Amino acid sequence: MKTYEKVIEKIIMISAVMSTISVALITVFIFQSGLPVLAEYGVLDFIFGTTWSPTNGSYGILPLIAGTLAVTLGALVIGIPTGIACAIFLSEILPKKWAKAFKSAIELLAGIPSVVYGFFGLVVIVPAIRNYVLPIYQIFDPDISATGFSILAGAVILAIMILPTIVSISENSITAVPREFKEASLALGANKMETIVKVLIPAASSGILSSIILGMGRAIGETMAVLLITGNMAKVPGSIMDPVATLTGTIAMEMGYASPTHQQALFAVGIILFVIIMLLNIIAQFSMRGLGGKTN
Amino acid sequence: METKLTTDINEIKFEIEKLNLYYGSFQALKEIDMTIYGNKITALIGPSGCGKSTFLRTLNRMNDLIQGVTIDGTIQFDEQDIYGTGYDIIELRKKVGMVFQKPNPFPKTIYENVVYGPKIHGEKDRSKLDHIVERTLKEVALWEEVKDRLHKPALGLSGGQQQRLCIARCLAVEPEVILMDEPTSALDPVATSKIEGLLEELAEKYTIVIVTHNMQQAGRVSDFTSFFLNGKVIETDKTEVIFSNPANKKTEDYITGRFG
Ligand SMILES: Nc1ncnc2c1ncn2[C@@H]1O[C@H](COP(=O)(O)OP(=O)(O)O)[C@@H](O)[C@H]1O
Ligand SMILES: [Mg+2]
Repeated sequence: MKTYEKVIEKIIMISAVMSTISVALITVFIFQSGLPVLAEYGVLDFIFGTTWSPTNGSYGILPLIAGTLAVTLGALVIGIPTGIACAIFLSEILPKKWAKAFKSAIELLAGIPSVVYGFFGLVVIVPAIRNYVLPIYQIFDPDISATGFSILAGAVILAIMILPTIVSISENSITAVPREFKEASLALGANKMETIVKVLIPAASSGILSSIILGMGRAIGETMAVLLITGNMAKVPGSIMDPVATLTGTIAMEMGYASPTHQQALFAVGIILFVIIMLLNIIAQFSMRGLGGKTN
Repeated sequence: METKLTTDINEIKFEIEKLNLYYGSFQALKEIDMTIYGNKITALIGPSGCGKSTFLRTLNRMNDLIQGVTIDGTIQFDEQDIYGTGYDIIELRKKVGMVFQKPNPFPKTIYENVVYGPKIHGEKDRSKLDHIVERTLKEVALWEEVKDRLHKPALGLSGGQQQRLCIARCLAVEPEVILMDEPTSALDPVATSKIEGLLEELAEKYTIVIVTHNMQQAGRVSDFTSFFLNGKVIETDKTEVIFSNPANKKTEDYITGRFG
């Protein structure tokens, strides 16, 4: 019994050490590969340069950052209201037994491979934007031309992809709000909607905020789906109908044929992504703890 | 079992007749008849699980929130049947406020807790809201303690302060009746006596119905006492009668601590 436990303990310890070491090695490798180019080219020139043209030796990733931000923000604009509304519906309006079924269905969305989302976007969203959204745009701006591969397409698909994260975490935190708060509000003559908006959501705000930040992290990191439908044009966009290239998409597209310097530049893009995602995770942790502390 | 009360009271707030309440198939309240008089304190006593909370929550229709509850009989509030079709629950809950067993201030500031009700009911004028905060906090004797920290989180207050804040929050919507479900059971003796002291003053303006498991408390604060047992009202009378000369043997046994 004693030895058996010791063996298990050792195995668990080895796994923990291994995974920590892998993460550390990957981090070291990325930084080692990307830092020389950052140093040579200058961090500011790299981040704020407006031309990404590796064949000409211009490594300005501002268009890629803009592309990523535009698609991500678009996804959040669509995904946050939808996700929170959905969470409220599941936790407060739908009867319990139905809510369970719906919740697992939404969580299932998280299990679909992202290339499938991309493919769906390619055959459904992109043509839909070309055929239905573009004509509306043309009323205001007759000269606009667009293929449908766009920020909008990316935003729509990403919004669907981050929905499970936002819905399930928000739903959990709304459900976790003590019943006493709800009763207090209703007993003061508030109706259901007022209680949801003025008491439940504020009390669950830390969880909701974390869900948004985690969803955002997922949106920024997403590669395949976005790659297929945003048009991959490394240009600072002017409207949501414009094609863009994202940080992740560019790495995936160009790594295969990149020259050594180009390859280092792509690693440097990786560093930027790494830092962004790290920051988001830290913020998410803080928002969970910081706000959570206040409610206790 | 109903004792006719010969008193000088004229105003009747609640008239309850043949009230039955079922949680699914379990009957929690059986044929309850009771009269609750205005500007008096009515205490509900009885062993735990006998239906005091359930009864209290029928008076502001809080049981509506629980799935599977069915009710029959009538409850008249100011001569209107509150379970009648078309009766406005929001209006009812504005007039019949509630203070819960566990202090439950919202995770907001002290100020925001008090103005929650008035704001919901459409009061936007900042100076009026300020006024409401000062008035109600003074009514619950909390003003001096918190006037310098109105915009600090309410959850930073002590348990007793939180409970007085909850009473203030309830007063802010200017109710006629305040229902209290064991409001001091989570508090220490000092906080308890503060709230008990408060009750007397509040009774000048409001009608109070208070559930208590503490017999001395019922004796100290209430004008009327109603003894519940197994979902039934055994006896309702003036408090001094219940405590000195109850009509029913079971009441006497309970009062003298022979069971419960
Ligand atoms: N939500 C509920 N569902 C089912 N039974 C309940 C519920 N609430 C209370 N009861 C039952 O109703 C009876 C009366 O409860 P309650 O009114 O809380 O008693 P008291 O406040 O006098 O202690 C108890 O037997 C209790 O188990
Ligand atoms: Mg109770």
